[in-house]
Amino acid sequence: MCQAAIEAGCRFFAGYPITPQNEVPEYMSSHLPEAGGIFIQAESELAAINMIFGASAAGVRCMTSSSSPGVSLKQEGISYIAAAELPCVIANMQRGGPGLGNIRASQGDYFQAVKGGGHGDYRIIVLAPSTLPEIYELTMAAFDYADHYRNPVLILGDGILGQMAEPIELKPYKPVVELPEKDYILDGCKGREPRIVKTLLLRPAEALVEFNEYLKVKYARIESELKLCEQYLTEDAELVVAAYGITARIAIDAIDAAREKGLKVGLIRPITLWPFPNEAFKEVVGRAKKFLVVEMSNGQFVDDVKLAIDCSRPVEFLGTGGGWYPTPEKIFEKIEAVYK
Amino acid sequence: MLNKHTKIIVAGFGGQGVVLAGNILARSAVMEDKHVTGMVSYGAEMRGGTANSTVIISDSKIASPFVVTPDVAIILNQPSLDRFEPLIVKNGLAVINTSLVSQSGSRDDIERVNIEASDIANSLGNKRTANIVILGAFIKKTNLLKPESVISAIEELFSSKKPALVEVNIKAFNAGLDGVK
Repeated sequence: MCQAAIEAGCRFFAGYPITPQNEVPEYMSSHLPEAGGIFIQAESELAAINMIFGASAAGVRCMTSSSSPGVSLKQEGISYIAAAELPCVIANMQRGGPGLGNIRASQGDYFQAVKGGGHGDYRIIVLAPSTLPEIYELTMAAFDYADHYRNPVLILGDGILGQMAEPIELKPYKPVVELPEKDYILDGCKGREPRIVKTLLLRPAEALVEFNEYLKVKYARIESELKLCEQYLTEDAELVVAAYGITARIAIDAIDAAREKGLKVGLIRPITLWPFPNEAFKEVVGRAKKFLVVEMSNGQFVDDVKLAIDCSRPVEFLGTGGGWYPTPEKIFEKIEAVYK
Repeated sequence: MLNKHTKIIVAGFGGQGVVLAGNILARSAVMEDKHVTGMVSYGAEMRGGTANSTVIISDSKIASPFVVTPDVAIILNQPSLDRFEPLIVKNGLAVINTSLVSQSGSRDDIERVNIEASDIANSLGNKRTANIVILGAFIKKTNLLKPESVISAIEELFSSKKPALVEVNIKAFNAGLDGVK
């Protein structure tokens, strides 16, 4: 993640330590300065996210990372950054919750990530990698989406992805979308009109209504343009498993085992959680008799799957809370139980 | 579940270098262009407590990175044997540091390789290399990876931070290779 960020031109990182993502600031603290960037261990998560606000307003590609309780603290700043339409990348390597919870892996922050953890009518792009090579690629892309749409992008990982090791192949950074000129940044107004970055819109009275209308159009555009999703063996699947992130990886082992027994099971793995890849679900709904949602929470992501198929098929559920993960064996058992 | 990968667990007490041993295995496998995932037990670990590191090595893509039932358990102390021997798959392998494991386990459906890794490490003048000795025994027994790959991984890992330790660790690895017939 860090290497990808640096290669993608991230030159400012501010963060505050929390397990299980300390490897990110640790790596950044030594490698970012070597690349000519600035690393700051902030005095708190709030300070870190507001430093990101400032760095982004100054036009620098910037990033912060944390884990669940720390990301909660950042929500105020994220709302402000979304309101100011500034690009930035935020990583959340989720741990068990609520509260301080534990330091194991979890997917309990889905609602916070996808439905808006801060106040106000805003959206952030949420990317959910399931392997380390994918973290590498999506982190680079995250900076591009952030700049392209002038919007915060959240990388939603978990404690397992944060702690595991896997080889990656380094690839030279190449933008995945067009990068518009940053004509809004505050970099000294000598020779041009001054610019203002603000989030308080009091006058005229309708200013905020208009701004929200404008954001609505922007979010609709993002929804129409940016949907990433992976399908596995769904062509003939009668039971479609839906899972994201690390859980999808675990599910693949269970699906392979089910296929060996002749059960027609496939997988849809959303990579963007917002925008949600509804179309992929609509596409398979004609063939699939049933869905099975697997997630490391007691039921958050499952709601979006039901919405995506308009509840037109039964949606079974296997969730694990408290920072625990489902084993392939457990998912396989569930597949066998619900497959008819 | 599906036995297409080799799932390995390295277990011992904190400070015995189980994380390093797992790291060396993973790096060696990467050098041979194999698919690899690695994880370590993390949390309230400390020197003297138990620690483990899991590695999956495969010729095909690895989905779940978790090791629940290992094919191979590399066991550095007694508590680790007690905890992980029951989880080894049928016909699996336990590589045991008999310097620190006195009570052998009860399984009769697994293979065992015994090596006095800590004693061998002591005789080499660095007791902390027991983890590398036992890796040598494991590689000799299974041929899962080429010894040259492991030696390159040892060189790569130590030369940047502790170059003085490269030599003794390679010696330890070779002693492990020689320790198994």
